[in-house]
Amino acid sequence: MDTGRQDRSLADAVMARSGTNFKACYQCRACAAGCPFVKAMDYPPNAVLRLLQYGMTQEALTCKTIWVCVGCHTCSSQCPMNIDLAAVMDTLRLMAVEEGVAIASPHILDFHEEVLRSLERYGRAHKLGIMLRHKMSTKSWFKDLDVGLKMLAKRKLDLWPSKVKDIKEIAGLFQCYWREAS
Amino acid sequence: MSQSPQMDFSYFPGCSLATTAAESNQSMIQSARILGLNLIELEDWNCCGSSSASTLCKNLALAMAARNLSLAPAGRPLVAMCPRCLHYLRGAQHCLRDDGETRRNLEEQFGRPINLDVEIIHFMEILVRCGLDRLGEKARRSLKGLKFVPYYGCTLFRPPRLARQKYFQGEMENILTALGAEPVTTALSHRCCGSFLSATDPEVVTPLVNEIIDSAVASRANCLVTACAMCQLNLEIRGTTKTRLPIFHFSEILALALGAEDYETWFVRHLVDPRPVLQNLALVA
Repeated sequence: MDTGRQDRSLADAVMARSGTNFKACYQCRACAAGCPFVKAMDYPPNAVLRLLQYGMTQEALTCKTIWVCVGCHTCSSQCPMNIDLAAVMDTLRLMAVEEGVAIASPHILDFHEEVLRSLERYGRAHKLGIMLRHKMSTKSWFKDLDVGLKMLAKRKLDLWPSKVKDIKEIAGLFQCYWREAS
Repeated sequence: MSQSPQMDFSYFPGCSLATTAAESNQSMIQSARILGLNLIELEDWNCCGSSSASTLCKNLALAMAARNLSLAPAGRPLVAMCPRCLHYLRGAQHCLRDDGETRRNLEEQFGRPINLDVEIIHFMEILVRCGLDRLGEKARRSLKGLKFVPYYGCTLFRPPRLARQKYFQGEMENILTALGAEPVTTALSHRCCGSFLSATDPEVVTPLVNEIIDSAVASRANCLVTACAMCQLNLEIRGTTKTRLPIFHFSEILALALGAEDYETWFVRHLVDPRPVLQNLALVA
């Protein structure tokens, strides 16, 4: 790999947008050691910073790690250089969507999109509707069915959504989303 | 609190407490009633934006939180129980203070002002202000024998963006200890519950949740108490350990200690029945 020829402009853009200076990262891996989800990632968090430092834009934007990260901030609170890695992951997710690159975990993006559909329609999250649509689009009807049935039996999944009255005002809020998505 | 404590609060339930975690909502409202607090639900509130809006469009996330701020009347604090809602509402307030242009655009869109002076606080903060003495006076059941793991959840515990704001670490222990319970601090009380991965990748979350529950069992706790409705749900639905421990909403234990009688309606909604543990301690019939 010829790192000297790589484009470092992404690293600068990520630093500016996330408000996080990760040049100070010296790869101690405290973030990777503490991350509860590291096993489900393709790169540990410190390696994502390394990709950015090397200017490996595509690798950073198309990795699974940025989608698996839930923003629990364990890494950010453990980093000896006080680097907010969760903010970096957050920024990379947004940029991946904006750039239209191949998404490494499309089912997670699909879930977030289903949540937004619910929010646009009702102004509030309707969990049963979100899960049904998510299962339909990922064709995973039978995965996890037992938990869904238990939740229904305990009436933890409302059949009907809780709704905002002024739904027109909510629709107005979504204009920026559709404008940015297009 | 000062000598004449302010008892009126705007209340933001959020999507979880309005639906899946209705038992947390009910028990919190019971607690508030017993303590003489007047929680007034925010008229026509909407979702705070949640992590999904924040992931896909920052402007949308900000606008959703901002609409709620525009609905909050001046002169009384805005209270949330869900840590994530609290975080997004506070984050939006913070952002709009610095960004006058976006604020004006949103105000124009809503046709009403966004009051940025409204104080946004967690329900636990009201209790801290009330003081432990007052809580003790109102207590009707002793929580003696209840060994709980305080499980704050990540959002109440460590968001760096809110590092200069109020931390709640220790408050749950202070409050429940004053009511007779015993905190167990050797378990994994700061390990993430898995958040939305519980919906998208349950096989990733189950082993993590099991580790949390097992650590609580090994520490001889008889329950976990959480301040976050999503943590409560994930710990309940994703746990597959042999020994299951009940996962309480903080508000349930509080309301129980304060003498609430409608606990049966909350506990039937749990996937791990919490009644045996409470019956052993003679806390419920």
